[in-house]
Amino acid sequence: MSHTNQSQRATHPTAWLMIALSLVFLGLFLIVPLIAVFSEALKGGVGAFLSAIDEPETMAAIRLTLLVAVIAVPLNAIFGVAAAWVIAKYQFRGKNLLLTLIDLPLAVSPVISGFLFVLLFGSQGLLGPWLAEHDLKIIFAVPGIVLATVFVTFPYVARELIPAMQSLGNDEEEAAISLGANGWQTFYRVTLPNIKWGLLYGVILCNARAMGEFGAVSVVSGHIRGLTNTIPLQVEILYNEYNFVAAFSVATLLAILAIVTLIVKSIMEWKAERQTIEQEPDMIVRAYETGGSIHGH
Amino acid sequence: MKKKWKHPSIIPGFGLSLGYTISYLSLLVLIPLAVLILNATSLTWEQFWQIVTAERVVASYKLSFLTSFIAAAINTVFGVIIAWVLVRYRFPGKRIIDGLVDLPFALPTAVAGIALTAVYAPNGWIGQYLEELGLKVAFTSVGVTTALIFIGIPFVIRTVQPVLQDLDLQMEEAAASLGASRFVTFWRIIFPQLLPATVTGFTLALARAVGEYGSVVFISGNMPMKTEIAPLLIMTKLEQFDYEGATAIATVMLLLSFIILFVTNLLQWWSRRIYRME
Repeated sequence: MSHTNQSQRATHPTAWLMIALSLVFLGLFLIVPLIAVFSEALKGGVGAFLSAIDEPETMAAIRLTLLVAVIAVPLNAIFGVAAAWVIAKYQFRGKNLLLTLIDLPLAVSPVISGFLFVLLFGSQGLLGPWLAEHDLKIIFAVPGIVLATVFVTFPYVARELIPAMQSLGNDEEEAAISLGANGWQTFYRVTLPNIKWGLLYGVILCNARAMGEFGAVSVVSGHIRGLTNTIPLQVEILYNEYNFVAAFSVATLLAILAIVTLIVKSIMEWKAERQTIEQEPDMIVRAYETGGSIHGH
Repeated sequence: MKKKWKHPSIIPGFGLSLGYTISYLSLLVLIPLAVLILNATSLTWEQFWQIVTAERVVASYKLSFLTSFIAAAINTVFGVIIAWVLVRYRFPGKRIIDGLVDLPFALPTAVAGIALTAVYAPNGWIGQYLEELGLKVAFTSVGVTTALIFIGIPFVIRTVQPVLQDLDLQMEEAAASLGASRFVTFWRIIFPQLLPATVTGFTLALARAVGEYGSVVFISGNMPMKTEIAPLLIMTKLEQFDYEGATAIATVMLLLSFIILFVTNLLQWWSRRIYRME
């Protein structure tokens, strides 16, 4: 997000004071805690760190977390693309309401998000008796964890794609359609290449939230060891047993995931910046002059 | 009578994408939320009132809102400073700092919770020095605020940063050349333009903090009446299978969150009007 055109080398004392204030604040609240995760995990040495992760219960938690993410993230990615398409490509009434509704899960406490599904599918819930009759288990089982995760990570892909697609406009799609492409071809060959970095970041962020969700999953999981514990819940259990080295060791997996997410985001922004620079007007002029298409590159 | 509700477009797929969006949204978000409201209406008004005005519940609401408000306010002040620093100055390590700002979005709340506890506990890296100064952070309401500051950091920075980037430097230069001091220029020229984004960032941070659970439960110590936040109280009620209690508390929290979002929109509208009138 850094345009260098406005920024100047800090020389004034006020500038240095503001930079120092920023660094102290971010240091105290972000950087020191992040370092603490790794330092606490390695307190007992690399051996203790590795053996804490190589526990059967931890491995089961990792497998469950991967399974949940593999189901929840594609669901929300497909939804995100559909929602962004309908909001960015068409003008219709009720669009603002739809936008507000998509953001709704962000305003709901994770604990309440989990609770909603207990009210629907729990033994005392609306569909509880019917589920029991058919021997189906959703709460305190994997489907409940997936549902709660989908709810909590619902808007992430859509929120990345909507502004990206809106700023691209409809011209290219309209050109493709009028040249005889069908809807899917237009999406696949015109829209998708334009939004791929935004989509990738949305998916990565959604994935990080899905793998790390704690409150909502905690309500619906039932904390059955080796069966319904995700990585964050495993961290909590180890921590509450005062097994701090193991808790922080497992937590490093999630911290590394977070750092990778941030790196991908930075790369994505850098690529997007380059893309806009490359596609500045002179580029379009050149495309006209040579009679070629902008998308040939 | 029939009003056109959609502008014609040659791009196909409107029915499919709208249908899919609305079905998915209804199934996974709207119906579950409706079930909560439905459950709340099955309580009588007296029952509902009794639950949500119980001493312990009121204490948890007060703690949740007070700590969230303080955390969002602190994040607003530092958010504007950090956004300013990231847009206007060049210094070594700036790219890394810029990337790191989003850490609270990417780091799972449970990990943030145990990390902050380790750092701010009485024997922690920073906690031990604060303890000497007589300030207890972990297991007090200060600890709750610390966790809420962590999770709210990106909101103000990421709403103010793009506005600051697109700001017209000519107005500042004009003000400066007409003799305005740096402070006056900031206060009269820059700040009014940043206000809507700042307000948005503040309320987003506030809304996020009010519902936060994972990062708070480790550092708060969870003492009833003292450091028990509202989402934790819902959790406690659930563990006791007191669904009525959980429903009532959750309904009040949802209403308050929606009010915050509604007020955000109002404030944005209001600050845009004020700015245009000047």
